[in-house]
Amino acid sequence: MNAHLWPLTYLTSAGARAASVVPLTWYLLTVSIIVVLVIAMLLWAGVRRSRPHDLNVGMSAIPVERGDNGIRWISVGVMVSAVPLVVALVWTMLTLAAVAGPPAHPGLVLDVTGRQWWWEVRYNADSPPDIFETANEIHIPVGVPVLVRLHGGDVIHSFWVPQLTGKTDTIPGQVNLSWLEADKPGRYLGQCTEFCGFQHAHMQFEVVAEPRAQFDRWESQQRQSAPAPVTPQATRGLALVEYRCGLCHRVRGTDAGAISAPDLTHLMSRRTIAAGTLINNPGNLVGWIQNPQNIKPGSLMPNQVLSAAQLSDTLAYLESLK
Amino acid sequence: MMQPELRTPAVDVDSIAHEARLYSLWETAPGLKGFLSSVDHKTIGIRYIVTAFVFLALGGVEALVIRLQLAGPNLTLLTPSEYNQFFSTHGMTMIFLYAAPVLSGFSNYLWPLLLGSRDMAFPRLNALSYWIYLAAGLFLYAGFLTGNGPNDGWFNYVPYASRDFNPGLNQDFYALGMVFLGVSTTVGSANFVVTAFRTRAPGMSINRIPIMVWGTLTASVANLLVVPAVSLAFFMLWMDRQFGTHFFDPAGGGQPLLWQHLFWIFGHPWVYAIVLPAMGMVSDGLPVFCRRPVVGYSLVALATVATMILGFGVWVHHMFATGLPGLGLSFFSGASIVIVLPSAVAVFAWLATIWLGRPVITTAFLFFSSMILLFVIGGVSGFMTASVPVDWQLTDTYFVVAHLHYVLIGINVFPVVGALYFWFPKMTGRMLDEKLGRWNFWIMFIGFNLAFLPMHLTGLLGMPRRVYTYAANGGWGTLNLITSIGSFLFAAGVLLLLINVMKSLKSGAAAGRNPWDAPTLEWAVSSPPPPYNFAVIPTVASRHPLWEGRLGTEGDRSSLDRGMLLVEGKETIGTSGLDADPDMVLKMSKDSFAPISLAAGMSVLFTGLLLKLWALAIVGAVICTMALIAWFWPLHELREREAPHG
Repeated sequence: MNAHLWPLTYLTSAGARAASVVPLTWYLLTVSIIVVLVIAMLLWAGVRRSRPHDLNVGMSAIPVERGDNGIRWISVGVMVSAVPLVVALVWTMLTLAAVAGPPAHPGLVLDVTGRQWWWEVRYNADSPPDIFETANEIHIPVGVPVLVRLHGGDVIHSFWVPQLTGKTDTIPGQVNLSWLEADKPGRYLGQCTEFCGFQHAHMQFEVVAEPRAQFDRWESQQRQSAPAPVTPQATRGLALVEYRCGLCHRVRGTDAGAISAPDLTHLMSRRTIAAGTLINNPGNLVGWIQNPQNIKPGSLMPNQVLSAAQLSDTLAYLESLK
Repeated sequence: MMQPELRTPAVDVDSIAHEARLYSLWETAPGLKGFLSSVDHKTIGIRYIVTAFVFLALGGVEALVIRLQLAGPNLTLLTPSEYNQFFSTHGMTMIFLYAAPVLSGFSNYLWPLLLGSRDMAFPRLNALSYWIYLAAGLFLYAGFLTGNGPNDGWFNYVPYASRDFNPGLNQDFYALGMVFLGVSTTVGSANFVVTAFRTRAPGMSINRIPIMVWGTLTASVANLLVVPAVSLAFFMLWMDRQFGTHFFDPAGGGQPLLWQHLFWIFGHPWVYAIVLPAMGMVSDGLPVFCRRPVVGYSLVALATVATMILGFGVWVHHMFATGLPGLGLSFFSGASIVIVLPSAVAVFAWLATIWLGRPVITTAFLFFSSMILLFVIGGVSGFMTASVPVDWQLTDTYFVVAHLHYVLIGINVFPVVGALYFWFPKMTGRMLDEKLGRWNFWIMFIGFNLAFLPMHLTGLLGMPRRVYTYAANGGWGTLNLITSIGSFLFAAGVLLLLINVMKSLKSGAAAGRNPWDAPTLEWAVSSPPPPYNFAVIPTVASRHPLWEGRLGTEGDRSSLDRGMLLVEGKETIGTSGLDADPDMVLKMSKDSFAPISLAAGMSVLFTGLLLKLWALAIVGAVICTMALIAWFWPLHELREREAPHG
C-alpha cells in the first residue's frame, strides 16, 4: 500500500490525524474479511450437503420435514457477531474523540475555499499586507497541527488529503473545520471528493510539508508582490496579462486584480497548474493558455486567441513570477 | 375500491358452473380495451416486472458505456457533460425505475395469491400506480434522450442542482419526474398496507403470512413515511429554480444541507425498502429447496421490522463529512453499527435453514443462496462505513461504489432473478430452462464478483467516485480494467436470462400447479392462475397450507377446496387485521379507464409545468379532474349507492 504507487491511498498515513484512523480501518477490514470467509465456508459446506436429485422426477418425491427449530444458530450467530461490533463501536467513539476536534493550539490557520474547479488557499497574518492567497498548493511546516477553515465558493466540494486527513466538505453558507499535521517532509496529494460538476475529476491539490525554516522562507517569498518586469518582452507580457488575464486573475503589484480565478503572483513557485492537471512547465503553460477547454472541458477559463508573439510575451512575463 | 357488505356468504365446493360465473365476472375484456383498462393484479404485476427489466437493461447499457470510459486512464469516449448524465441516469434508473418497481411487480403479482385473496384491496389504485410509474419513467427518460438527463447524481446535491450552476432543463426534468414518480410509490404503498391488513384469507393470522409479505409491508409503511420528504425536497428545488425561492440558497438565508437531510431521510430507508422484500423472497424461496420451513420465522419477521425502524435513524451516515457536530455523528454511527444485528438474524436463519435441511440444487436455489454471501459482503463493507473516522476516508471513494453494488445487485438483483426462476412457472405455466439457468447463474455470479470485488481495493487505494476520467499516476488502471471486463461478463449473464425467458416462453416444459412442491397458497391454483385466483376462498390453518400432514404436526387443516363462493359480483372477503377473522364481503371494482386517464392527465400537467406552458398544465389538471370524477362516481355494484327500492 505504498503511497508512492498510490498517492491517494489511506491504508497508510503520514500524519497524526490520519494515523489514528489507520489501525481502526485495518481492524474493520480484518473483521470484515474474516466474517466473509467464515460465512462463505459455512455456506459452501451447507450447499455441498445437497441431495442428488433428478429434476425430471419432480420435487414432490422429496420429503419435507420440520426438523430442528434451529434457533441456536441465530442466537449463537448474533452473539458472536455482537462482539466485534461492540469493539468497533467503542474504538470508533475513542478515535472520533481523538481526531474530531480542531487542535486547541494550531501552529497555522488557513482558509481554504473550494471553487469550480480549483482550490483557493489564504494565509492569514496580523498585518494585512502580509496576507496572501495562492492556489492548489498548500505549504505547511512539518510537525505542527494546522487548522483549515473550509469555505464553499460556489457549489459543495470536499477537502481530502488521505495521507494526512479524511474528508470535510466545503459548503456555501457555512465554515467547516478540518485539521492536519504532517510527520515528515513531503508532497501529499489532495483531491476534491464531492461531485461538483464537469471537472470534478480534475480538482486536485498538493500539501507540501517542509521543515520550519524552509516553510518560513517560502512564506516570506509568497508575501512579496510580483517583481516588475525587467525585459522589454516581459513588459509587453505584463500588459497582456493585465489586459486579458486580469479579468479573472490577480497578480499582486500589477493592475491584474480580479479574484475569481487562481492568484498568479507566484505562479512559477507551484509544481502544477489547472488544479493538479498538468505539470507546471512552459510547454504545458502555453498549451493551457491557448486551449484549456481541450484539457479541462467545461473549465471556466476560456480559450485564449493569442498570436505567437503575444504568447511568447505572456510566457516571458509569467515565467518571471517566481 | 372496496365497500363492506354485511351478509353471510355461501360456503361450498368448486363447480364448473361456479367457475364459469367467476370467469364472466373477473376476466378482462380482450383487445385494446382490456389492455388499457385492466385492474387485474396479475396483469399489473407482470407489466411492472417487464417494465422494470426494460429499465434494468437501459441502466445496464449506461453502466457498460461508463465502464468503457473508465477501462483505462485518460479515455475520452464520453465528454464530462455526457459522463455526468450517464452516471446520474444510471443511478436514477437502477434505484427508482428498476429496483423498487420490480419488487412492486412481484408483490403485486404474488400478494393476493399468497394471501388467498382475489385481488389487491384497491384494484384501480393498483392500475394507477403502474401507469404513473410508466409515465414518470418515460418523462425522466425524455430528459436523458434529449440531452437533458439528470447530471448531478441520483442524490442531486444543491447548489450544483440550482439554476445558477445548472441552467438547462436537466434538473427540471429530474425534479418534476421525481415528484411525479412519488405519486406512484405512495399510492402503491398505501394499497399494499391495506391489502396486507384487510384481504388475507380467513385464518391467515399475521404470524402465518409469508416473510415476503412482511418485507413488502414493512417497506410500504416506510415509503409512506419517507417519500413525502423527497417529493417535498424536489418540489422545493423546482420552486427555487423556477420562482426564485431560497430554500437551498445560502445567499437568501437557505441551507444547502437542508437538501441533504430531506434527501437522506428518504434515501436510507429507501435502501431498506428495496432490499427487505427481496430478502423476503429468499426467506420464502430458499426453504422450499431445503425441504423444511425457514428457521426462526418469528425472529426473521421481527428482524425485518427492526431493520426498518433502525433504518429511520441512520440517514446522517451519508453526511458524516458535512461538518455536523461530533455528538450527533456518534449517535448515527452507533445506530449504523447496531443495524448489523437484525441483518445477522436473517443471515444465520438462512444458513441454519440450509444446514438443518438438505438442499436440492436448482437455479433458483443458487441465486437465493449466493445472495447470502453477497449480502454479507455488502453488509460488512457497510459496517466499515458506519465508523465515522473511517468513513471520512472511505466515503466518496470507489469503496462505497463497491459496497452499494453488493447491496443493490447482491440483495436485489440476485434474489429477483432467483424469484423469476422460482415464480416464472406460476406466471406463465412454463418452466425456465435449468441447464441454461446454470450458465446464467455462474456467468452472472463470476462476472459480478470480478467487477465489484476488486473495486473495494480501487477505493482503498483512493480512487474518488463520480470522476469522468482519472490520471495514470493514481495507480488504478489495472483494477479498473478488471472491473470493466467483469461488468461485461455480468451483462452477458443477464442476456442469458433474457434468452432463457424468450426460449422458455415458447418451449419451456409445462409447469403444473406446484412444480417445486412448495407450501404456500399461490401453488394451490393453476399456472397461470385464473383471473379470480381462487374459485373458493381458502381457509388457512398454518403457515404451510400445502405441506400440512407432512411436517409431523397435529392440528387443524387448511381448507382449500371448500370455502366461500362469493359470486354475487366481483367480490373477495375482508378479514380482521391480526387474526384474519372474516368480517365483511368486499366489492371489488371492475376494469376502468379512470386510472390510465388520470395518469395521462398528470403527464400533460407535468409536461406543462416542465415547459412552463401554463395553459397546457391547466389542460392536464382538467383531464385529471375529469378522470377523478369518473373514478369516484358512485356505483351501485360497489354498494356506493342505495339499491333502487321496490
